[in-house]
Amino acid sequence: MSERDFSARSSSVSLVHLTKKFRSLDGSGEITAVNDVNLEIKAGELVTILGPSGCGKTTTLRMIAGFEYPTSGSIFIGGRDVAMIPPNKRGLSMVFQSYALFPHLTIYENVAYGLRVQRLPAAEIKERTERALELMQLTPMAKRYPSQVSGGQQQRIALARAIVIEPSVLLFDEPLSNLDAKLREYMRDELRKLQKRLGITSLYVTHDQSEAMAISDRVVIMKDGRIRQVGTPHEIYAFPQSKFVADFIGKANFIRVNVLGTDGESARIDLENTQFTVPKAGKAGLAAGPALLVVRPEALRLMPLTTDQGHAALRGRVDRFTYFGNIARYEVSTNNAPLLIERYNPEASSMFEEGAEVGIIIDFESARLLPADEQEKA
Amino acid sequence: MKENTRLSVAHLVRDPVLLFLVLLVFTGLILFILFPLYKIFAYSITTDEGRLSFRAAWDVLRSKSYLQPLKNSMMLGLTTGVLATIIGYVFAYALTRVDMPLKGFFKAIATIPIISPPFILSLSMIFLFGRNGLITNKLLGLEDSNVYGMHSLVVVQTISFFPIAYLTLTGTLAKLNPAVEDAALNLGASRWRIFRTVTLPLSVPGILSSLLLVFIQSLEDFSNPAVISGSFSTLAVEAYRTITGMYDMRGGSLMALLLLVPTVIAFVLQKYWLSGKSFVTVTGKPTTSRQQTRDPKLVWLLFAFCMLVALTIILFYGTVLVGAFVKIWGINFSFTWAHFKYVMTLGWTPLRNSVILALASTPIAGLLGMIIAFLVVRKEFPGKRAMEFVSMLTFAVPGTVVGIGYILAFNDKPFMWTGSAFLLIMAFAFRNMPVGIESATSTLLQIDRSIEEASTILGATGAVTFRRISLPMLKQAFFSGLVYSFVRAMTAVSAVIFLISPRWNLATISIFSLFESSKYSDAAAYIVVMIVIIVVAIGGLNLLVGLLGNSGTIASGGNSERA
Repeated sequence: MSERDFSARSSSVSLVHLTKKFRSLDGSGEITAVNDVNLEIKAGELVTILGPSGCGKTTTLRMIAGFEYPTSGSIFIGGRDVAMIPPNKRGLSMVFQSYALFPHLTIYENVAYGLRVQRLPAAEIKERTERALELMQLTPMAKRYPSQVSGGQQQRIALARAIVIEPSVLLFDEPLSNLDAKLREYMRDELRKLQKRLGITSLYVTHDQSEAMAISDRVVIMKDGRIRQVGTPHEIYAFPQSKFVADFIGKANFIRVNVLGTDGESARIDLENTQFTVPKAGKAGLAAGPALLVVRPEALRLMPLTTDQGHAALRGRVDRFTYFGNIARYEVSTNNAPLLIERYNPEASSMFEEGAEVGIIIDFESARLLPADEQEKA
Repeated sequence: MKENTRLSVAHLVRDPVLLFLVLLVFTGLILFILFPLYKIFAYSITTDEGRLSFRAAWDVLRSKSYLQPLKNSMMLGLTTGVLATIIGYVFAYALTRVDMPLKGFFKAIATIPIISPPFILSLSMIFLFGRNGLITNKLLGLEDSNVYGMHSLVVVQTISFFPIAYLTLTGTLAKLNPAVEDAALNLGASRWRIFRTVTLPLSVPGILSSLLLVFIQSLEDFSNPAVISGSFSTLAVEAYRTITGMYDMRGGSLMALLLLVPTVIAFVLQKYWLSGKSFVTVTGKPTTSRQQTRDPKLVWLLFAFCMLVALTIILFYGTVLVGAFVKIWGINFSFTWAHFKYVMTLGWTPLRNSVILALASTPIAGLLGMIIAFLVVRKEFPGKRAMEFVSMLTFAVPGTVVGIGYILAFNDKPFMWTGSAFLLIMAFAFRNMPVGIESATSTLLQIDRSIEEASTILGATGAVTFRRISLPMLKQAFFSGLVYSFVRAMTAVSAVIFLISPRWNLATISIFSLFESSKYSDAAAYIVVMIVIIVVAIGGLNLLVGLLGNSGTIASGGNSERA
């Protein structure tokens, strides 16, 4: 019962034509950090903004927080336009990359801070602070200072301090990037569990794609200030809508093909003078003509050239072979495009040496098509 | 990232507390720094009838009675600058690079001249080398030694200001990445070669910085030349004598201008040109501790040098202490309390005034320092750079110039404040805030900005964030600013000598008049009492910091494990 209390104020967020321009450092021109971003986040949802550094993800988050004011556009939180409301009046919380704990206050005082600022009755402050500490398993160390506890515990203090004020939206600015790899995975799962249990609308910014895939209801891919694609982790990985997204999330091979015609979701293609069917082309309105076949490394397989050559879509030569234990990775040159091929659970008998001539089998079920002339729009 | 002006004005309007603070600081800076400077400038180029005329200024540039002090001041400033920097460099090098005993002792000794009352070294100089001097007369049997003149001034100023050079250069030397020197050692260079080809070139910005800072201090110095320069006239003292002796206000303010120009140029060079050239910032945080030299020849050579400097300082301060307890220096060395009785009776009121005014101005200077540092580092508003520049400018404006500017600015309607305690307090507050600003600025730059953002997003207003988050983290810087401005207020001479009145006479000025009437032992007793007050006050403030909680040690901010 107590946990449900935290979600009582969870709100939806909607960004409408959100744009932020900065004056460039030499003062001569303007840099558009965030360019006409439109996004709907449902109440209780966890949405991640993922992108390379400088893509505008942090600026977007800071505009929602209120630390930057948009050049144009609106930010609606629970239906109210907050674009010009100062950060302390927005009823949000944020977990910072550096945690930003107050070094001169104890852990208890850190967590209680937001409630004290609201001038709530002392009894309520005490009750809610203790509940948040309990929830984050911080009760035994409540009287210590942040510098006296471990990195993972500091992370939990930051989280406790953020949820105790029952924010309408919880913002995360790369909160796990200061933790080591093991702890990062653990905290990532803890964080997702907590968010689901409390049902707090959350916006999470990261440049770590596995983090984004693991915790999100939906992922937003940003580049150069624009949203490139929005979708569930599966949609983003399985149906990338641009070469950038395909390349940015996981690894992808781009094979040049010719589209002969489409029929609903499927497409007939020509690859090196052989016809194939791609059952789920994945991109609407694909015209006949040159296109790129997007294939993940795990959807390609090697075969010895000696046996039945009918299955092989391409021929090539193994340039490099790397063995990782769980994966065997091949870099193969073909006369179409260089390919990256990964074989899970590899066995010695089915491995290929460097220099081997091989046939390549494509799993067309999981292959997608993109227009060949697609330019990355700035 | 830079907001455009329209947006930062919008920020201001949205945050009334910020707007109020910005306006308050600007009003103060304009009224108590820029307005008096403008008055000096305007007064220098108008006639008594109020017409614009460069006649007086032109006369000054041709007249020997103005050019000689300028020449003297520059010569003195350069000589002292070079000597103090050399001693400061050797001191700093010895204390950062060499494994030698008594380092704590040397560090403590080097801080004494910074916090000591004025006149003390000149007084020692007279006690030791004057006509009845302990060394010149008693030891060497000289009858007619002349202690007054540039030679004595160089000695006194070098001792007074070498700690500034030492502190500046310690900063430079300590922050040079040891890996750079280790790399040279690793490549087979000798200690001397490393020093010549790596350490010395990399510390050039620090050396220049120290030269300029000492040069400014030497030019500004009023108390030493006032009592020991003899016929060697310096600008700061000549300006004072021109105004109080010859009642020539215009001549005095022209001299103030002559004094202002080189100090401000030196200040701008130091602050803007050199700070951009520093090699310290690019080397980053040292990760390894420095290997210290153990070469016995070098260790003992440097140890002997430091010991010599330390003993000289002890000799000078000890002489005054002794001088306070003898009947007539040089003639009758028998013990007496008479001089202290004199201080406690006739000297009591000025002493009390000094303490009251210093105590009143200290929190104002401290708070001003914190607020200005906070505004400049953390906030965006139009005129921010100007605020930073003007508030640091007070460091470079000589006290004499401030004093003359204040008489010109506040002797008339609408600001009839001369002679009042209020004006003295304001003079102290605005002159003594730069150290507070500097220490608060460096602390703030180390504190992750998101700590304040965290407070804001949890619902706190700007004022609450400042009071509950920023200020507590600035506590250490705040108190060091307080200590410094208290000491500066207690020991100020040059500015206040123009501003005192019969009602508000001050201790330092009383000491000065004792000099004028050659009552050296009374002056010595006065100085000893002041030292006691300063030491007690510093101790008291430190105790206060201790009582106020345990957070002093974690003032460095973020507890994050930054990558």
